[in-house]
Amino acid sequence: MATAVTRTTNGTRSLPQLEKSPTGITGFDEITNGGLPRGRPTIVCGGPGCGKTMFAMEFLVRGATEFNEPGVLLTFEETADEMTKNVASLGFDLKELVARKKLLMDYVRIEPSEIQETGAYDLEGLFVRLQYAVESVGAKRVALDTLEAIFSGFSNQGVLRAEIRRLFRWLRDHGLTTVVTAERGEKALTRHGLEEYVSDCVVLLDHRVTDQLSTRRMRIVKYRGSPHGSDEFPFLIDQQGFSVLPSSSMGLNHTVSRERVSSGVKELDEMLEGKGFYRGSTILVSGTAGAGKSSISAQFADRTCTDGGKCLYVAFEESPSQIIRNMTSIGIDLDKHIKRRRLFLEAWRPTQSGLEMHLLRIHKLVEKYEPDAVIIDPVTNLLSGSLREINSMLMRLIDFLKTRHVTALFTALTQGAHREFEQTDVGISSLIDTWILVRDVELNGERNRCVYVLKSRGMAHSNQVREFVLTNEGIRLAPVYVGSGTVLTGSARLTQEARERADVLLRKQATEEKRRTLEQKRRAIEAQVVALQAELVEDEIRAGIDSEQATARELALEHDIAAMTTLRAGGDSSRRRRVHNGMRGRTT
Amino acid sequence: MSRSTAAKSKRRSGTNGSDELIELRLYVAGQTPKSLAALANLNKICQEHLQGRYKLSVIDLIKKPQLAQGDQILAIPTLVRKLPVPIRKIIGDLSNLDRVLVGLNLHEPEEPK
Repeated sequence: MATAVTRTTNGTRSLPQLEKSPTGITGFDEITNGGLPRGRPTIVCGGPGCGKTMFAMEFLVRGATEFNEPGVLLTFEETADEMTKNVASLGFDLKELVARKKLLMDYVRIEPSEIQETGAYDLEGLFVRLQYAVESVGAKRVALDTLEAIFSGFSNQGVLRAEIRRLFRWLRDHGLTTVVTAERGEKALTRHGLEEYVSDCVVLLDHRVTDQLSTRRMRIVKYRGSPHGSDEFPFLIDQQGFSVLPSSSMGLNHTVSRERVSSGVKELDEMLEGKGFYRGSTILVSGTAGAGKSSISAQFADRTCTDGGKCLYVAFEESPSQIIRNMTSIGIDLDKHIKRRRLFLEAWRPTQSGLEMHLLRIHKLVEKYEPDAVIIDPVTNLLSGSLREINSMLMRLIDFLKTRHVTALFTALTQGAHREFEQTDVGISSLIDTWILVRDVELNGERNRCVYVLKSRGMAHSNQVREFVLTNEGIRLAPVYVGSGTVLTGSARLTQEARERADVLLRKQATEEKRRTLEQKRRAIEAQVVALQAELVEDEIRAGIDSEQATARELALEHDIAAMTTLRAGGDSSRRRRVHNGMRGRTT
Repeated sequence: MSRSTAAKSKRRSGTNGSDELIELRLYVAGQTPKSLAALANLNKICQEHLQGRYKLSVIDLIKKPQLAQGDQILAIPTLVRKLPVPIRKIIGDLSNLDRVLVGLNLHEPEEPK
């Protein structure tokens, strides 16, 4: 690590900080802000089997392989051969490191039965050996495992203590970053009070069994001159060595994405503004047994993989092959994604280890596969322990996933159908961004599934309750009928749908009838109009004939009068008669 | 400062029933007062009790640090009885004669024989 220079809060001065030596141990450098104090001794203490030696070994091996800092191991309890075999299981090849002069192991055997003390002595021999070892590989790191063994070999406590004090002084003077392992004492941190000589850094390892499950934990008891996480951090020793689960102390400063990812269910996306979840958000799908949580998970996994992403599916209830088989029945082919290395199905028993171990395993898997989405089905299986513990653990996991922009979908099993669904998961609800509830509705001798979005941060989500239908082509969400205090689902919904369809038909028929009646009426009226018009024309014609006749009579009359006038006026008698006759004819 | 004193294996009555060769190594680290005292005490003991049947080598770890590992030396000074087996170690400046003899398995009362 380069000289650590940090700006103070006012930003004007910078102060040199304690130099640190990264251990290379997963997570440890995070919680110590960079590793162990460079050039100083650190005590790693703990009970038997807590992993002290593994810590020391990994510190040396990582130093030699990753930071080009050769190391020296003085082992007081195991021979170099035994040590080589022991750590081979972690994938450390000590033989090769020794051959490359990156590591030197010196087994310091102390056999009290063959030692007789007479007169004054010191432990110069130890110094000679250490110095010789350090010089022959150019060591920057030293591990003393377990230094306290020398207490059994020598009776003169005064000399021992003085020499230990001198040893630590010597290590500091030579700028050797050192890990000293020590047995946990009953009252003090270490059995022989080594911590009084080392004030720089003390790490406590713990291995405890709760509910028959063992959990390893680590705590930085002291770290002079450096801020450090003071919580207990769970850690794991597995094929990849030591790993510490980093804390939630990274705070709430992760950047968020505005990008949306589909849930894989069209109708569910519709309920979430038509776009689905936010990338990197945390989704909880909770519900009772058999509510369809796993199906939603599988659908989401399928969609993520189809869209070109990678998905990690951690199952605690079913084996991978069982999940694949079951999901085939609703038309989801997970197998093809697994073959294309897009989907990683990991299943293990929840009882296999404690909560921290599960989360650590998930951590490691996420680091290994770098998925875009993580599904934990069901997360409730992890929730054994106190609420506070669960909360902090899940917070760590969620924080971890969020900083990596991994969309997390957890399923949660809620107990019993009659309890308040919203309250059972109180332990984790506040950590969740989008909460989808799947609940059973029992009605008319049927049990049907309903889905609704209880909350979804940062989006105008639907408040509808929808019915959740598993078809052989995946999940569908049908609108449900809500009325008179009950929701109608299943066959009740189908009946209602049929009734509604019948109603529509009836209404349609009624309208049609009305339309027909009107048409008839219109036609009748039109016919009447035609008839009346015909009558009118007839009348007009008749009227025309009458007037012609009248004109003709008029003309005839005039003619008669003229004739009569002619007759009276000069022997025109014929004309008068004619008029007389005309008059008579008219009256008849 | 390394030197070696060898003497013929010769039976000497009165001290020990064994006539085996006793091979001794004294580990020191430089000429410290403790080292010098140890060497002086050892020479005296050898002269008085092991006349003629011991072989002594003195090893200075400052000069030959690689030799410390072989005999598992931690404390300085350490006297190692390489022969007869089993190996015995006596640490300190060898100022207590009785203890040295017990440690070397040479003391009369401690001998079961």
